[in-house]
Amino acid sequence: MTRPLAPRTGAGPGPRTGAGTPAPGPAGSRADRPRADRPSTARTAGRRGAPALLLAPFMLLFTACTLIPIGYAVHLSLYTERRSGLGFGGTVSVFTGLGNYTRALGDPAFREGFLAVAGYCLLYIPLMLGLSLLLALLLDSALARARRFFQLALFLPHAVPGIIAALIWMYLYTPEISPVVGALDTLGAQPDLLGNPLPAVVNIALWEWAGYNMVIFYAALQAIPREVLEAARVDGAGALRTAFSVKIPLIRASLTMVGLFTVIGSLQLFTEPMILHGAAPAVTSTWTPNMYAYSAAFDRNDYGLAAAASVLLALTAAALSYAITRGGRAGSSRRAKAGA
Amino acid sequence: MSILAPGRRTRPDRAPAVPPPAARRQPWSLSRGAVNGALVLATAYTLLPLGWLLSAAAKNTGDLLGGRGLSPERWHLGDNLHALATTGDGIYFRWYLNSLLYAGIGAVLCAFVCVCAGYAFHVYAFRGKEQLFGLVLLGVLVPTTALALPMYLLASQLHIVNTFWAVFIPSLVNPFGVYLSRVFCAGYIPSEVLEAARVDGAGELRTFWSIGLRMVMPGFVTVFLFQFTAIWNNFFLPLVMLSDNRLFPVSLGLYAWNTQTTAFPEYYPLVVTGSLLAVVPLVVAFVALQRHWRAGLTAGSVK
Repeated sequence: MTRPLAPRTGAGPGPRTGAGTPAPGPAGSRADRPRADRPSTARTAGRRGAPALLLAPFMLLFTACTLIPIGYAVHLSLYTERRSGLGFGGTVSVFTGLGNYTRALGDPAFREGFLAVAGYCLLYIPLMLGLSLLLALLLDSALARARRFFQLALFLPHAVPGIIAALIWMYLYTPEISPVVGALDTLGAQPDLLGNPLPAVVNIALWEWAGYNMVIFYAALQAIPREVLEAARVDGAGALRTAFSVKIPLIRASLTMVGLFTVIGSLQLFTEPMILHGAAPAVTSTWTPNMYAYSAAFDRNDYGLAAAASVLLALTAAALSYAITRGGRAGSSRRAKAGA
Repeated sequence: MSILAPGRRTRPDRAPAVPPPAARRQPWSLSRGAVNGALVLATAYTLLPLGWLLSAAAKNTGDLLGGRGLSPERWHLGDNLHALATTGDGIYFRWYLNSLLYAGIGAVLCAFVCVCAGYAFHVYAFRGKEQLFGLVLLGVLVPTTALALPMYLLASQLHIVNTFWAVFIPSLVNPFGVYLSRVFCAGYIPSEVLEAARVDGAGELRTFWSIGLRMVMPGFVTVFLFQFTAIWNNFFLPLVMLSDNRLFPVSLGLYAWNTQTTAFPEYYPLVVTGSLLAVVPLVVAFVALQRHWRAGLTAGSVK
């Protein structure tokens, strides 16, 4: 019923190859070029100018707001501010090489931040992938009803700004306000929901993103050719067997992509713990690397240290992205070989 | 999470029961209940917190902090809205307007810029195209929060920190929007149509404006919707860039109020009611434009 609305590109795995539909172009803009003088030179010039003109606004903004800041962050991370002379008369920038990096890595608070995020990832990512995949499989099974309603209802938390999601849950964790804590109290359990920041934050993130990722998985499941599922059924595979041996392997590319974005999002963890910071003493102001960078920059005005922390964070994201896309691709090619 | 556990456990017990055809009817109907029951539980998990927000917005400070239930004689939604409109000379609605400006204008421009670029990537062949596209896609992977600090320092050198532009300009950039636009152009714009326009003598930009852009409009709306949400929800960039509270978007304003609640509990209903109002436009947009966000996520899922 819900036929995937959007067009499909080549089914290649990995973010880059799939998109590389070799656009056949305007049916021969290249073929025209050798005899460019025949139609009219002005038109060929227009044809060459048009893509530049269309790309210019984005590339300009992209350069100003992504490429230059990256370069500037690297530059900043190599310098440190020193008070000049007697302590008045401002500060001077001094080149320190990797000094800021060793300072950040040598700071237990920064390392603990990375450990906190690592713990968060270990708890959050399996739960997130498991839950959203399970919901997508349930919705995709022949037994589910009211599919459109469930899809919308499960997706809706994504429409809630992260900061408001964090606020709602913080209130639901707060003993005086929360009906949840009240109900648990009457049952005899005395939960300290704010005392365990890790599950508290994981729950908020799950609430925000499970439905979103579920819709992605569901769309991928719907795109599986019906004949394949029919063949599995004829071979006597039950619903569970079909899910594990046919459906999940076939949506591997989506799993890889969602995994990738989940990891990148997790590394940037900031908003939710920032909200909980006020209510839960266990969430310190440097609880995640991002909070560390923020507090280095704006509480201590140590821009070099903050930039080094940001660069380290971005490098970690790059390394993990590479590992995940590599893993995803290797997995699918191994499977392809086994299938052949 | 814990709410979901029962649904999860029951399913494996029942689902594998694919019995011989004769005995089929009974277990299948059981398992239909399990599947839909699990979905209902998951829906309860996603919707109940929003229901709580709805009910909490009608409580005054005492009832909210006392955890008392809602009843008609303790209905204070009107009072809360009034307080929201008057606190700080109505600063909340100023924030609301700011958010509408940042997100509304920002998302329209961003979608336009993305569609232009996506169209160029789809239609034209030029040297280094795929390398350039790869660079744009790498931009998707850069943690946005890692960019905020250098952007702040650059903006302060340009003397635009703590202005509208400091938040507005960075929110026009969305590499993923370019990717989506390219995919949409590939699906919605047949090259024969463009060729026909050329034969008729339409210039390149004219072709883009009156044919390409028209045909890829559903994609435009999708990119707009996602960018609108992203800007409306953005918290880190305004937090870094702005100190003048008259420039705040709603997200940052609510954060600022929330930090006051420990000292001034009367801010609790303001934060709760303000949160509810801030959620409304997005929920309306997502309910009204279901086709578009489904399309966007589908395009993302098959890449």
